Amino acid sequence: MLRLPAFTMERPGTYAEAATLLRAHGAARGDLTRGTPSLPVMLVAGGTDLFPNMKRRQFTPRVLISLGGVADATGIARDKSGLRIQAGTTLTTVASDAQVRERYTALAEAAVLVSTPQLRNMGTIGGNICLDTRCNWYDQSAFWRGAEGFCMKTHPEVVCRVAPSSPRCLAVASADTVPALLALGASVAIQSADGTRTVALADLHQEDGIAHTKIARDEIVVSVTLPDATGWRSTYLKQRDRGSFDFPIVGLAVAVKRDGARVTDARVALTAVASRPQLVADAAKALIGGSLDEAAIAAAADAVHKAARPMDNTSGTISQRKRTARVFAERALRALAA
Amino acid sequence: MAELSVLGKRLPKVNSWAHLTGSAKYADDLFLPRMLYGRLLRSTQAHARITKLDVSRALAHPGVVAIVTGPDMPETIGIMPSVQDETALAIDRVRYVGEPVAAIAAIDEDTAFEAMSLIDVEYDPLPPILTIEDALREDLPKIHEKSRRANIFKEVHLSFGDLDAGFASADHMRDDWFFFEGNTHAPIESHSAVASFEGDGKLTIWTCTQVPHYLHRELEKALGLPRAKIRVVATPSGGGFGGKSDPFAHEFAACLLSMRTKRPVKITLDREEVFYAHRGRHPVKMRIKTGVKQDGEITAVHFQSWLDGGAYSSYGIATTYYTGALMTVTYRIPAYKFDGVRVYTNKPPCGPKRGHGTTQPRYALECQLDKIAVDLGFDALEYRKRILQPANSRTVNELRITSMGLGQCLDELGAKTKYSERHGQLPRGKGVGIAGSAYISGAGLPIYWNEMPHSGATVKLDRGGGVTVYCGTAEIGQGSDNMLASVAAECLGVRPEDVHVVSGDTSLAPVDLGSYSSRVTFMAGNAVKDAAWKLREWLLDAASERLAIPRECLVPADRRITDLRDPEQFVTFDDAVVLAEAKHGTLSAAGSYRPPQGIGGGYKGAGVGPSPAYSFQASVAEVSVDLETGVVTVDRITTAHDCGRALSPANVEGQIEGSAYMGYGEIMGEEQVFRGGLHKKPSLLDYKIPTSLDTPELEAIIVETIDKEGPFGAKEAGEGPLNSVIPAIANAVYDAIGVRFDETPITADKVLAALGKRDNRGMPKDRIGPEGMGDGQEAANAALRRLSFTTEAREKKKANA
Amino acid sequence: MTKQLLTLNVNGESRTVAAEPHHTLLEVLREELQLTGTKHGCELGECGACTVLVDGVAVLSCLTLPMQVGDAIVTTVEGLADAGAGAPGREARKLHPLQTAFAEEGAAQCGYCTPGMLMSAKALLDGNPSPTRDDMAQAISGNLCRCTGYTAIYEAIDSAARMARGG
Ligand SMILES: Cc1cc2nc3c(=O)[nH]c(=O)nc-3n(C[C@H](O)[C@H](O)[C@H](O)COP(=O)(O)OP(=O)(O)OC[C@H]3O[C@@H](n4cnc5c(N)ncnc54)[C@H](O)[C@@H]3O)c2cc1C
Ligand code: SF4
Ligand code: FES
Ligand code: FES
Repeated sequence: MLRLPAFTMERPGTYAEAATLLRAHGAARGDLTRGTPSLPVMLVAGGTDLFPNMKRRQFTPRVLISLGGVADATGIARDKSGLRIQAGTTLTTVASDAQVRERYTALAEAAVLVSTPQLRNMGTIGGNICLDTRCNWYDQSAFWRGAEGFCMKTHPEVVCRVAPSSPRCLAVASADTVPALLALGASVAIQSADGTRTVALADLHQEDGIAHTKIARDEIVVSVTLPDATGWRSTYLKQRDRGSFDFPIVGLAVAVKRDGARVTDARVALTAVASRPQLVADAAKALIGGSLDEAAIAAAADAVHKAARPMDNTSGTISQRKRTARVFAERALRALAA
Repeated sequence: MAELSVLGKRLPKVNSWAHLTGSAKYADDLFLPRMLYGRLLRSTQAHARITKLDVSRALAHPGVVAIVTGPDMPETIGIMPSVQDETALAIDRVRYVGEPVAAIAAIDEDTAFEAMSLIDVEYDPLPPILTIEDALREDLPKIHEKSRRANIFKEVHLSFGDLDAGFASADHMRDDWFFFEGNTHAPIESHSAVASFEGDGKLTIWTCTQVPHYLHRELEKALGLPRAKIRVVATPSGGGFGGKSDPFAHEFAACLLSMRTKRPVKITLDREEVFYAHRGRHPVKMRIKTGVKQDGEITAVHFQSWLDGGAYSSYGIATTYYTGALMTVTYRIPAYKFDGVRVYTNKPPCGPKRGHGTTQPRYALECQLDKIAVDLGFDALEYRKRILQPANSRTVNELRITSMGLGQCLDELGAKTKYSERHGQLPRGKGVGIAGSAYISGAGLPIYWNEMPHSGATVKLDRGGGVTVYCGTAEIGQGSDNMLASVAAECLGVRPEDVHVVSGDTSLAPVDLGSYSSRVTFMAGNAVKDAAWKLREWLLDAASERLAIPRECLVPADRRITDLRDPEQFVTFDDAVVLAEAKHGTLSAAGSYRPPQGIGGGYKGAGVGPSPAYSFQASVAEVSVDLETGVVTVDRITTAHDCGRALSPANVEGQIEGSAYMGYGEIMGEEQVFRGGLHKKPSLLDYKIPTSLDTPELEAIIVETIDKEGPFGAKEAGEGPLNSVIPAIANAVYDAIGVRFDETPITADKVLAALGKRDNRGMPKDRIGPEGMGDGQEAANAALRRLSFTTEAREKKKANA
Repeated sequence: MTKQLLTLNVNGESRTVAAEPHHTLLEVLREELQLTGTKHGCELGECGACTVLVDGVAVLSCLTLPMQVGDAIVTTVEGLADAGAGAPGREARKLHPLQTAFAEEGAAQCGYCTPGMLMSAKALLDGNPSPTRDDMAQAISGNLCRCTGYTAIYEAIDSAARMARGG
């Protein structure tokens, strides 16, 4: 049986307590380190990303701070700024929430396409936003990686196995809900012992397989907020090898706001084809002001195709994934046009 | 025969209840007092000399109790006695990443895991040989010194009938190359064994093996303990599919560690280790040349196969022969030549997987027949029916065919799926495909030469009316326990749930060779019938005497022995047992089964292929291809299968469906593939076994031919139905998009490439598959030329002699 | 690492065990509570064999820590049959309709995925007494079965649903 490395676990009752514990156990203020297996302390929500990684010895924190006992960590509520989803809300809850399904369709569609029913019952939206980047050379056991000789993501002195000359890790952003949230214009509330800040989700991730988010090690994502969706329609398409379990090898979310036939605003977001989930600005530009006709759709699809820069470190092939990104853009936009 | 009272009925399996309440005890569910936990240290190198192996630091680690390494078990072992080339743990040399090097026993699994990093191993790397082409080169190091040429493990050449005349008389020829990618069993239960060496010097191992008897022999050899002191108990397996039919390192290691520590030791592999233990489907490159007359009649077939065997032999001799042996049993082939080569490479050893060795060539043959049908303008279903090998015949390679229901299978399929009406008529992107196949109901010969029965059973009746069947079969989910209980119940006139089954235990039950080659229903079924029938005679005698009714008028059924003519006249089963025991003494009988002589040829190599009966089957697959993303969806698979008689129809359907599922997985994405010797996908996330959302609609049609030698007419059902599914899908994809997939698996990327829609463009193709041997590699071609040269030379010599 | 005492509410029994904090619910069920009915095929969330119910919700015991479960009610395959069994005046342990139906339809071949499969199926039926084939396929999409091709499992769930509805 593959087992977890030893650790002790804290179960704070509030985010404030959790933030204090993070610092107390050695999480430095503003520390953006991600890759190193030897972080002293880590947060765990559903554990569906972290525990497999720990069993593979990608991380071996001595202390885990569980967010499972935090009061008010779950729930979906509407307020004046839109819809607020607490970070500890499970993907099952997100996917089945009536408001999400009706007004933020892309998010419901993305959430229900994550992994499996059991994992969605456990995995949280906060954990999905913070999901570790993935790579064929990295998501392997300690034995396997040792046989290969490790790589930059865990061993800074070693090269990247995918592209040995790459100065950075090219591991892939693989969370399904993030492109949906991006297309829906989400922002995220983050708390630390120093207080709370709010950032646009679009500014949270960066093109680096190791330091893939700007959430510091002493910070906690507490909620994600979606702005009012009046006039918007959205959808999410996912490519993977099997109908469940598998991470996306292409994920595409589109949201358009229309006034009659005219597109007044649009967002197109792409994941699993780079180290960060991205908004494709050129695709949105091609749509705004037009009427979702075939010409606009083709222009947007071109932009998506251009933005998709997959590497050979997931399932599928580079050319298949690039092509699928384009086809998905066309399909998603046609579906919204209908 | 009177109507059957148990067989053919839809009854729950006798062992269902244990599965459904969680009480079934699989090997890893066993916890013995003072038990230690073991783990194997595995090689990180694909090919290397071990220059240092120092366990002293690990041994000093608190909680570590014992460590064993290769030299502790120096005997060579392996499933086929004639070609043993493995040791229980590697000695001096490692030949694949993941090969077991040492085994640790510790007080718990955490400790064993930690201590692994304290074993100091150093390697001196050798160049790894990773492809068939490289393995044929003579200028690379040998993986086994024993190989006479290059890294060839086995070369076979067989020829039957007049090949030249056959080809000369053909009106149309096809010459096609195929490649079948390797894949693996991936049972949900990983391998596990618990060994306990007791103070009386006796050793017991509980392990999820498919072959307790063969393991028994190998344990004796490796451990140096007389077999009489060893007891092997095959625990229920959480899936086998051939993957648990070799003796494995963890089994030897658990035993030796237990002998050293005098404590029970458990070793359970984790999922990644199962991919290294492997013994699954060989990657095979194939060339098949076929001549046909204008009317489609086959005039000659020349089939060549190159098998990538991985680092050790496993069942490799049998696998090599099997790629050629069963090509002849489905359709009339008057002249046939077969050349097979299995090579060693530095990858986990390949072995038997469901359909053992026949799956790959069957795919090639059935895809080629589909091409011939297109070439000649035939309906592929009708065409197959026209060229069927007849029942009660001999094939050109001298295999005896008895019952043969492929024609009925094709008829049933045609009626059910409307194949002929739909093929070629569906819109672009939709297709239907058909293929036929066959499989053995048990191998005609055991893997070590002997004249003893292949299967033995004893049946014991007790005064309380209890019936116990003892038989060495291994229950691996195929339903063998239920089969034993049902056959005994049918013979004795009780219900299956009345029967106790003691199986898979080398101390308690007579030998059965194991759950491989689809032999259990046929052979153990006949053995238990043989035993139970003897008791039935005694019971009938006793009842006849008591009722003063002639024996011929009595039938045992439903726990009574009743007068056929007057149901009021009966003796209960329990009373009959008491009467019979009073008359005959303790009621116990033994039965056995050995395949008949003369079911195959007498030539060298004739040992593989003969079977007391063959199963036949055909499948129709329906597919949809997304022309933009290249994704292929298999919508439905319908399989008609000739199983002789369905002793348990629900079980037979389950085997047909499960086979279809597994075949679907093999062609649509499962791959055991490597990068620089390292397995690319050793996890259930990356190795894509189909989920409920991928699996097509599966439909099973049972065809019964009542085989004259099978127990109550039964043949096999567990493996054959996989074979027809794979080519049926490839043929359906051709119908959908006009592209031949002469290589597995079919992936979205390959479909896009064929459609000329890969991102970097490129021209559309009408075929995806190998162009030849070596893909242009001169060295490999040279090796090939030499190979065929030596073949011809040898045959000339033979002809001259 | 030192063991900690924890109390789990499993199959209607309150059980206190000492376990190391990094041992998963799967390990504690199997190794400390001898509830070996719950199986494992990967320990990484990739097969579903270890599925149990926590407060009626299907979760993977291989990725759950007992500490996270708290006083929630854990149900394993051993608790699927009528939990009130053995009480005076009650008939013997009654099988759950899913267990009967799985046996009748041959939905367990090797039986190894079965405990997890039963748990996912129970979670489905508890929330949806008349599931469609698609509902069933979705509900068991986190449970790999290598033997059956899922067909018999659908038939069994369907038959159990009818049994439970009294049909
Ligand atoms: C077999 C398998 C298949 C999967 N398939 C998919 C898939 O298809 N798509 C997909 O998107 N995901 C998939 N996942 C990953 C995972 O299940 C989900 O992403 C899930 O949403 C993660 O949430 P969690 O609560 O379990 O995260 P955890 O594992 O608890 O945490 C993940 C990471 O985020 C950090 N973290 C968690 N919560 C917070 C917080 N509030 N603030 C700051 N940091 C935090 C943790 O420290 C950790 O580093 C799969 C996982 C498995 C095992
Ligand atoms: S992209 Fe390169 S550095 Fe990053 S995980 Fe993969 S191999 Fe390692
Ligand atoms: S053992 Fe938990 S999902 Fe495989
Ligand atoms: S019954 Fe064997 S894995 Fe499902």
